[in-house]
Amino acid sequence: MSMRNYEPVIGLEIHAQLKTNTKMFSSDSTRFEASDNENTSPVSVGMPGALPVINKQAIDFAIRAGLALNCQIRKKSVFSRKNYFYPDLPKGYQISQYDLPICEEGFIEFTVDDEPKKIQIIRAHLEEDAGKSTHQGDYTLINLNRSGIPLLEIVSGPDLRSGKEASVYARTVRQILRYLDVCDGNLEEGSLRCDCNVSVRKVGTEKFGTRVEIKNINSFRFVEKAIEFEIERQIDAIERGESIVQETRLYDPDKNKTFTMRTKEDAQDYRYFPEPDLLPVILTEAQLSKIKLELPELPQQKCSRFQKQYSLPFYDSEILTAERELSEFFEEAVKICNNPKGVSNWMMTELLRELNEAKLTIQQSPISAVNLGTLVGLIDKGTISGKIAKTIFAEMWKTSDHPEQIIKAKGLTQITDPKAIGLIIDELIAKNPGPVSEYRAGKTKLLGFFVGQAMKASQGQANPEILNQVLLEKLKG
Amino acid sequence: MINTSDIEKIAQLSRLEITPDRAKELADQLQRVLKHFEQISHVDTKGVEPLITPTEIETYWREDSVVQELTPEDMLANAPDKIGNLFRVPPVI
Repeated sequence: MSMRNYEPVIGLEIHAQLKTNTKMFSSDSTRFEASDNENTSPVSVGMPGALPVINKQAIDFAIRAGLALNCQIRKKSVFSRKNYFYPDLPKGYQISQYDLPICEEGFIEFTVDDEPKKIQIIRAHLEEDAGKSTHQGDYTLINLNRSGIPLLEIVSGPDLRSGKEASVYARTVRQILRYLDVCDGNLEEGSLRCDCNVSVRKVGTEKFGTRVEIKNINSFRFVEKAIEFEIERQIDAIERGESIVQETRLYDPDKNKTFTMRTKEDAQDYRYFPEPDLLPVILTEAQLSKIKLELPELPQQKCSRFQKQYSLPFYDSEILTAERELSEFFEEAVKICNNPKGVSNWMMTELLRELNEAKLTIQQSPISAVNLGTLVGLIDKGTISGKIAKTIFAEMWKTSDHPEQIIKAKGLTQITDPKAIGLIIDELIAKNPGPVSEYRAGKTKLLGFFVGQAMKASQGQANPEILNQVLLEKLKG
Repeated sequence: MINTSDIEKIAQLSRLEITPDRAKELADQLQRVLKHFEQISHVDTKGVEPLITPTEIETYWREDSVVQELTPEDMLANAPDKIGNLFRVPPVI
């Protein structure tokens, strides 16, 4: 993308909280709802002499993510100390990885406006999170529940060229992490955080412009807007003859503006060195191949399989595979009724609409996959009409009941027995001698009247085709 | 050479307050320490991998199960200042 003959250069650093039960280097719980400083121990509050011990699950999750991001996994990676002074980092250093990260040299692919993109992943390394500071003016309060929670920092190459590309990249990373079940990807709760590095340069120049880092963005929409704002701001400044200051800026979504947080002048000198309290992480080929074998099907693979295996259009497949749980719901429902397009239609038009309105996830759906699959099957078998199915769907949404149970309780089965329909029609004919004789005298357009009345008498449950046949037969006299 | 401005920078990074006299004293001391260790740089290390840890023992890690032995009250027992179960520190911004 070129704007006023400038080209934006954007790279993202995504911090993903790994979904472990315990912290990176201690056995404290990671439960988000815990009370103040409940999830702490001598290690996570940085008491002198307390020693870190690596959480194996965090290593496995990092490898899983690295493999899915097409990274090389280092057989020997090393933790380092990153030294800086801040009250929510009680040790005075963060244990991170520096020159020997666990994952590096990967890439991901996706499309933006139908154009394929391939974005490098420079590295993905493990580190511990800091605590949480709440600034109160005269003083600051520190909660160390988050201190030590494992993070995977995923660093993209400077390959992104617009706010939209950056947000699609971030969404794709989130989708992959969620499929892998290594991060819940909740931006609002901070389990996924996005820092954006943005610079601009004249089209055709090789050298990058001075970059600015934007922090504190808590939605993908804001990633896009913050970057677009920042690009414009930088081009305006350069056009005015000003130079760009290397700094960290914050995004304010209410004003849709970025503003200075700190400049390079008070930039940190982190004095990295290998963490003497930990051994290098040595991985074996056997360990890596085991994790590789256990990798689940990833969103893009699943999307193309859905198109092939279920003959679904791309549009349906993309929506149904957006979340792993959604795709699993679909496949479970299809197993029941063997009608993929039917299930897809019901999910996309009815179920997703209801879920959106009620702000529920698919896991919270009052209608189970089995029940939705059964409903579609009942339509296919002709037990119920499509119209009645909607009534039943509404009832399933309210009660979570099985459709057959609702049909029984409400007597909603479609009547397909010609004898039963015949009885309804006999009664109708007996009640309407006038119209009957008019019809028989040749006023055949009265048929519509009889169909409507018979349908009404059956409470909408008569199979329309059979009803028509029987009606024509009986009206002949 | 380590001079007093190096000492001041290191002190600033660690938020330590140092008088000019003390800075000079520390610069001299640190200079001597570095000189002592400089001997290592005379060792021929051609073809030797950088050493991360002297013990070549297997990676040690723990399983991911929660152990919570201390209460928040225990954890804050030595805090110089607190509000409820939160640490209270001087204003940061």
